[in-house]
Amino acid sequence: MASDSSAVYDEMHDAAGSVHLAYSEYHDWLGTQQPGWLRQQSDEAERFFRRTGITFNVYGDSDGEERLIPFDVVPRIVTAAEWRKLERGITQRVRALNAFIHDIYHRQEIVRAGRLPEHLISQNDAFLPQMVGFEPPGGIYTHIVGVDLVRTGPDEFLVLEDNARTPSGVSYMLENRETMMAMFPELFTRIAVRPVSDYPRRLARSLAACAPDVASDRPVVAVLTPGIYNSAYYEHAFLADQMGAELVEGSDLRVVDGRIAMRTTRGYEPIDVLYRRVDDEFLDPLTFNPASVLGVPGIMDIYRAGRITIANAPGTGIADDKAIYSYMPEIIEFYTGEKPLLGNVQTWRCSEADALAYVLDNLKELVVKEVHGSGGYGMLIGPTSSKAELAAFAKKLRARPEQYIAQPTLALSTVPILTKAGLAPRHVDLRPFVLVSPSGIDITPGGLTRVALKQGSLVVNSSQGGGTKDSWVLED
Amino acid sequence: MLGRSANGIFWMMRNLERAENTARLLDAGFRLALTRGQSAAREEWRSVLVTIGQDVEFARHNLDYTGPSVTNFILRDRDNPGSVLAMFESARSNARTVRTAITREVWEATNESWMVLRELLSRPVRAGNLGEVLAAIRRQSTLVRGAMDGTMLRNEIFNFARIGTFIERADNTARILDVKYHLLLPSVGWVGSTLDNAQWETVLRSVAGERAYRWLNAGSMDARGIAEFLILDGRFPRSLTFCYEKLRSNMASLAREYGQETPAHELLRDAGSRMHHTNTAQIFEYGLHETIVTVIAGIKAIAEAIAADYRFTV
Repeated sequence: MASDSSAVYDEMHDAAGSVHLAYSEYHDWLGTQQPGWLRQQSDEAERFFRRTGITFNVYGDSDGEERLIPFDVVPRIVTAAEWRKLERGITQRVRALNAFIHDIYHRQEIVRAGRLPEHLISQNDAFLPQMVGFEPPGGIYTHIVGVDLVRTGPDEFLVLEDNARTPSGVSYMLENRETMMAMFPELFTRIAVRPVSDYPRRLARSLAACAPDVASDRPVVAVLTPGIYNSAYYEHAFLADQMGAELVEGSDLRVVDGRIAMRTTRGYEPIDVLYRRVDDEFLDPLTFNPASVLGVPGIMDIYRAGRITIANAPGTGIADDKAIYSYMPEIIEFYTGEKPLLGNVQTWRCSEADALAYVLDNLKELVVKEVHGSGGYGMLIGPTSSKAELAAFAKKLRARPEQYIAQPTLALSTVPILTKAGLAPRHVDLRPFVLVSPSGIDITPGGLTRVALKQGSLVVNSSQGGGTKDSWVLED
Repeated sequence: MLGRSANGIFWMMRNLERAENTARLLDAGFRLALTRGQSAAREEWRSVLVTIGQDVEFARHNLDYTGPSVTNFILRDRDNPGSVLAMFESARSNARTVRTAITREVWEATNESWMVLRELLSRPVRAGNLGEVLAAIRRQSTLVRGAMDGTMLRNEIFNFARIGTFIERADNTARILDVKYHLLLPSVGWVGSTLDNAQWETVLRSVAGERAYRWLNAGSMDARGIAEFLILDGRFPRSLTFCYEKLRSNMASLAREYGQETPAHELLRDAGSRMHHTNTAQIFEYGLHETIVTVIAGIKAIAEAIAADYRFTV
């Protein structure tokens, strides 16, 4: 997917070539550095990542090799004022998301009010009947959210995806900062960057605050991972380690005396809060996929009895549905009574005849996504697709229009990366990480910046060859 | 801690220890084979395979009993699940599963070891660089143990790691001794011959004990002296007595932490006390081979009891 460079907002330089405020200090520093030295540090960073084992596995990769997500040494910088605006917008959105999911599993007021079509709920695989009428501990559904933001202008941040289910990437936010501080320590004495390193502590605190009533003063938190072959295993281990929580697999857990307990060397010990990185479908073979070996038989019964907290709550995936996404402005207004502070990307729902006709007519200019898809899989990028690809996709669209939504090809903002030929602009997005508990909504200043490494490319997904940058929020 | 984590760290250290001992044995076998004719060298290589328990697997592959083919099989053959490379891979895989139980430095040392050896063993190993490869294997394994020693909290996790190390080491030392004595001695007439001495030297070398032994025994090389050294000398870090003492102290720590002993403690105490009350004369009277067979079975039973008592897998 290529972009028209004239319309693209570059976050470091404006059209006349002068430097934006956010980058002025960094730019001054950069001017004093030898390009060769920067490249050397960049290579050093890669060795650092390999040694640390910060790798991910790509699904469908036949050799099963662990890969590194490329790291770029030029930071992505946001000013304190810009961040305050983002924080307000994200807080509003996440509050609405929780209220929405609660409503969906209770009275469905939003459907009764005619603001959301009923079929988007009832015919949605991510909707879990088991959650109907159930009040999760602390009333929270989305304990951890990773809102994907894109920027299209100096003041225009849009939400591309909400990622209310199981957002990943926070370990890269932390390791990228560690790496930058190791490679360029003097930068951090020159420029006041808000720290991110206390995220694991905040996560532990936020999860503990959601513990069920049966928990003691010091709730036992565990991270549930599918195991070492999962693409995000590094992150699961990293977070458990940083939180001082146990990293458990389904085979470690079972129901003991009406609690979910883990097999320790001393016998079975109950868990209060399970931060699960296993999808709903695999969570409980008795309730969902009977073939799953990743989950815990009976956990849904214990959950419904209020004797364990599962984060994020089962059934939150419905908020990640891309058709539901298209209603987010209405959802925010409905539950908060406020206008959305952060915009949505314009979205055509192909289930609607007019929209489908428009999408089919303009396929070459649009991005088409599966409503249940994620990770950049199964999407069509009109501008870079061949005639044959477009025709084939049009056929799929006509056959099952309700499975798709379409969005305009956005002119994502760019930030320079270090290439062999020097600095060159590349498109980026931003995923801040949000923690939700009864004590409040907590957003770590920064997040994960993903960057498309190919010139002109708009695809930032790591599974599709994207890289990452350290993301800075400046102190006031 | 999780039973699965205890199992993981136990096997991580066993795999590293076994990889290191395999490298030591290979080094000794290589030296011995160098100095002998081809047919005898064949026997040496076979005995190396027997000692590490890979003779059956090797035979299945229809390979020649020559230095290059045996070393490559043992070090890096993709089809050999017990190769040194496979052991390092397993150790790293164990370390990944117990990532939260070990320090960052231990994990990085393990990961780096695997990266270094994967690179070194990506090509066939020639006689000319065998020494370098074997030294790297020993060094990497030592690096992990050192990181462990320097950074790990002295708690149950550390105890399970050390127990893994010394279960494996005791087993390996016993096997090395047994193979030499039981399998390499074609007849009693060989005892005391030049060849016999060279082979004992090999045994000592494969447990890194040749200097210590010479220093303690002023150069006299005989089965009794060496058996006594490898079994009973509590000062030598690869002797059975030393390993038992380490097992005892780590198991005692576990008993203190958990407030109770388990059947494994009982087994270990029995084995330790037999070792303590025996001497070289008794060992040879009973039969060295028979003694070692009992020891190996005892170590296996202790390892199994530990796994059961501390819920490694169920």
